Amino acid sequence: MTRILAFLAALGRPVLALCAGVGRFSLFAFGAFWRLFAPPWHLREFWRQALRIGYFSLPVVGFTAIFTGAALALQIYMGGARFNAEQVVPSIVEIGILRELGPVLGALMVAGRVSAALAAEIGAMRVSEQIDALRTLSTDPMRYLTAPRLAAGILTMPLLILVADSLGIFGGYLVGVRRLGFQPDAYLQATIAAFQWIDVVSGLVKAAVFGAVITLMGCYHGFNAGRGAQGVGRAATNAVVGASALILVTNYVLTELFFGS
Amino acid sequence: MAETSPPKAAPNSPMIEWRDAQKRFGANHVLRGVDLEVARGESCVVIGGSGTGKSVLIKTALGLLKPDGGEIRIDGRRVDQLSEAARVPLMNRMGVLFQGGALFDSLKVWENVAFRKLRGAGRKALAEAKEAAIEKLRRVGLGPDAAERYPAELSGGMQKRAALARAMMADPEILFVDEPTAGLDPIMSGVINHLIREIVTESGATAVTITHDLSTLRTVADKVAMLHQGRIIWQGSVAEADADPNPYLRQFLAGRAEGPIEAVR
Repeated sequence: MTRILAFLAALGRPVLALCAGVGRFSLFAFGAFWRLFAPPWHLREFWRQALRIGYFSLPVVGFTAIFTGAALALQIYMGGARFNAEQVVPSIVEIGILRELGPVLGALMVAGRVSAALAAEIGAMRVSEQIDALRTLSTDPMRYLTAPRLAAGILTMPLLILVADSLGIFGGYLVGVRRLGFQPDAYLQATIAAFQWIDVVSGLVKAAVFGAVITLMGCYHGFNAGRGAQGVGRAATNAVVGASALILVTNYVLTELFFGS
Repeated sequence: MAETSPPKAAPNSPMIEWRDAQKRFGANHVLRGVDLEVARGESCVVIGGSGTGKSVLIKTALGLLKPDGGEIRIDGRRVDQLSEAARVPLMNRMGVLFQGGALFDSLKVWENVAFRKLRGAGRKALAEAKEAAIEKLRRVGLGPDAAERYPAELSGGMQKRAALARAMMADPEILFVDEPTAGLDPIMSGVINHLIREIVTESGATAVTITHDLSTLRTVADKVAMLHQGRIIWQGSVAEADADPNPYLRQFLAGRAEGPIEAVR
């Protein structure tokens, strides 16, 4: 009997901890979204973060997209060759990049870069009493630190993913034309013919949601960082792991919502 | 609509008051009933060993930590029951110098000093705020070249001065100072101590400084309070502290390992 109780307790503890964590994160996210709509807004901080989260992520997202598009074209060509369907390369590259690979891989790369940086920055601010200092300067830390980062994530991620989409399709085009023997005109025409707005729009909506996930995870783990260098390091790791996992889960949910029926 | 400020307390009432203030972190009972009054315009230095709850004491008054029991009043108002929003007008009357300076890394030194004037209700034009910040920095001995640098580019002593300028930016009525000489060499410690004393005397602000540095005690204090095991065990003037035979006080002021205060905590 005692062993069964011990087993149940061992099972219950992580479940309770998970529920408590989800609850705390939900409250944190609600507080952050609330501050997006209620002034005052820290616009200078927003522009600073938009530059940092959006503009400085362009190289890594672009690099990822162009090589993903290129590899995708090769795979589809080789897979399609088994069914004599090599001509589907342009349309499948386009759909794959716009709907899934552009937003998801782009967001995962930004999660690695931005979530960790936000968690480490805010965690270090907490350790060095800068967050306490904000409060003594009559400034709400959630409003000053989290809201501008959240807004920057939501607004810049779709722009980043638009660039990623374009470069991903361009990567597929380069491989298709230079390596697989497609005629440039034919490849472009097939790409245009397969184009549907819903593919772009669904990807951009996903990007905005992923932008929120990445910044909220970074800020949440930063605000809850433990003391010392180890605490800050753990916060950065947890932010990246949490953001990546949540991106994959929300991606499935959004795909179901857009294309499930 | 004009903001209505709460009625001020009687002029002879204490500016800051802890009554049976309690704070615990899990099993660690840090404040076990602190009773302390700081009169208007008085500079009170709270001494005590590391880990005795000195920082916790001022954080409870600042609203950064919520006490588990007792009352804390500033200018006659219970501050331990105030919401974040209700605390803002009170915070606008306070300045805080944190132990490590707590300057914002991402902002230049002058932007740190002018932080309040660049945001919120008392917002000023950029040029005006910068001019005011440079003036405050000059008061603590930092030139315009330091104002344009980032905190990480300054020495520890310069960071402390910049943080003091930020704390004094709004000409506060109440100043909280947390270990002002921590990590500084004796000469820079002396400079910071004298600056705090001068500024407190000039402005007539009520100040609470916590320290275990005796040079700070002798330079800054009108009144001394000793915190030990979560309670104020002695208080009086510096001259009284020097003359009092209290064994805890004597051990602390003499810096002896032997005595009623355990050396290993």
